[in-house]
Amino acid sequence: MNDALRKIGVPIAAIVVFLILWELLVWANGWPNYKMASPSDLPPAFAKYWNLFLIMSWQTLWRTVAGLAIAVLVGTFLGMLMGFSRIMRAALYPLLVGFNAIPKATLVPVIALIFIGQHNFNTVLMAFMISFFPIAVSVGIGLSTLEPEYRDILRSLGASRYTIFTKIALPKTLPEFFGALKVAVTLAFIGTNLVEIVSPHGRGLGALFKSGETNGDYPLMFAVLIALAFLGIVLYYAVVFLERTFAGWAERAEH
Amino acid sequence: MANLIEIKGVTHAYRTPNGPLPVLENLNVAVPEGEFCAVVGPSGCGKSTLTRLIAGLMKPDEGEVWLHGELVKGPRKTVGMAFQNPVLLEWRTILQNVILPLEIVAPSMPKRDREARALELLSMVGLEGFETKRPSELSGGMRQRASLCRAIVHKPDVLIMDEPFGALDAFTREDLWQTMHDLRAKEPFTCVLITHDLRESVFLGDQVIVLSGRPATTQYVLDVTYPGPRVIDGLYTPECSDMLHTLRDQIRIAQGRSEEEAA
Ligand SMILES: Nc1ncnc2c1ncn2[C@@H]1O[C@H](COP(=O)(O)OP(=O)(O)OP(=O)(O)O)[C@@H](O)[C@H]1O
Ligand SMILES: [Mg+2]
Repeated sequence: MNDALRKIGVPIAAIVVFLILWELLVWANGWPNYKMASPSDLPPAFAKYWNLFLIMSWQTLWRTVAGLAIAVLVGTFLGMLMGFSRIMRAALYPLLVGFNAIPKATLVPVIALIFIGQHNFNTVLMAFMISFFPIAVSVGIGLSTLEPEYRDILRSLGASRYTIFTKIALPKTLPEFFGALKVAVTLAFIGTNLVEIVSPHGRGLGALFKSGETNGDYPLMFAVLIALAFLGIVLYYAVVFLERTFAGWAERAEH
Repeated sequence: MANLIEIKGVTHAYRTPNGPLPVLENLNVAVPEGEFCAVVGPSGCGKSTLTRLIAGLMKPDEGEVWLHGELVKGPRKTVGMAFQNPVLLEWRTILQNVILPLEIVAPSMPKRDREARALELLSMVGLEGFETKRPSELSGGMRQRASLCRAIVHKPDVLIMDEPFGALDAFTREDLWQTMHDLRAKEPFTCVLITHDLRESVFLGDQVIVLSGRPATTQYVLDVTYPGPRVIDGLYTPECSDMLHTLRDQIRIAQGRSEEEAA
């Protein structure tokens, strides 16, 4: 009971306090709608556009998840290359760091030009490009720092590299992998929205935000921001749930 | 009796950025079947290297390693290994950890038989009731017991141990020495034990091999004649004192040689 209260009650209370402070801030300054919407403006906005919110949220959601899924595959593959081969690590690391350093906003027009009109594809591509780096690095480090004894207990029995990977190396890197996945999921979400906002005739929550801006519908813009925050929380906790399921053993009991 | 392990004229050097580092030089060791061979020597002299050669994890530059009358060319399913770090898999229960080698060596063995075998060993080392626990829930000594079970679960011909009790406190260590004797009484295996503890080498070993400083060769071989049954009290008899003195002197000589070479 106490535990449930702490896990659910406290976060909800924190959100309510946050909304009240926001409302008070707008009210105290007497800000009009077009300067800063207040929480009480949001329910009407949601009620008015609820079907758009559903459609657009779905667009943003599936593209983020698709981009993230590709990032997991490619990132894990690159991480394996870097974890198992020193030469690959030396070759790939600077390339990846350099690529990661490029602000992704600058790539939006580039990919928009290469793949004209492929809105879905461009969005997924951006979500992927922005999020695979932490996964590649964490898998690479996890594999290359595996203590040799772990490998030797199986290798001395004549186990294949593949067996050693699936039985020991892979599960042992799962905690690091999920740590990186938590970062990656937020990044992929940002990547998706970046393309949705910038692209003309885009879809998704980012495009809805853009349309609010063009039409001067400020409550709509703020409602989109709240929807984005909500979706971000859902995605993040989905990863936390997967982590508990597959790498829960790494969590130490509380003292 | 035939020698189960035979190391003939093994010489090995590691390739390092500063040129080759000779570690073993014309090393000869013979361990008869069923015997317990303890190996002591100065730190860094090449003891772990020796275990990796016997396990077939690497090949010597020169010389040969024979196991069971076969030249060792690579890893084989008939060895078991235990290290100072118990390296248990944190995501498996103790029982599943012990079963691990069977998954590699006997993939077709029914699950129930595997579990029965693991449970039998766990109860031999006093871990019954802990089989569903995670490694992090066990003490260091208990983890090392589980690691021992894993090393012999597939009934290896040779058990290779590299300072398995090195990180344990003195009393836990003595308990585990006793456990080793109990296990050997029920499950005969040939054993190579690397250790830094001379009392351990005398208490457990049938022969104690003293390696010289790097590059290591066989400097001295002590045949242990333990007074009476192998119980801790025996270590305080004059016979054991003499053996320990002899070993102590040999280690001093081994260290002296490595100091000369370093100078
Ligand atoms: N993979 C390696 N590459 C290069 N040098 C190595 C390698 N492994 C070990 N060495 C060196 O070889 C020497 C012998 O190493 P080894 O681990 O066999 O010694 P050891 O007798 O087990 O030492 P300790 O008693 O400290 O465990 C050491 O000087 C070590 O630095
Ligand atoms: Mg060593």
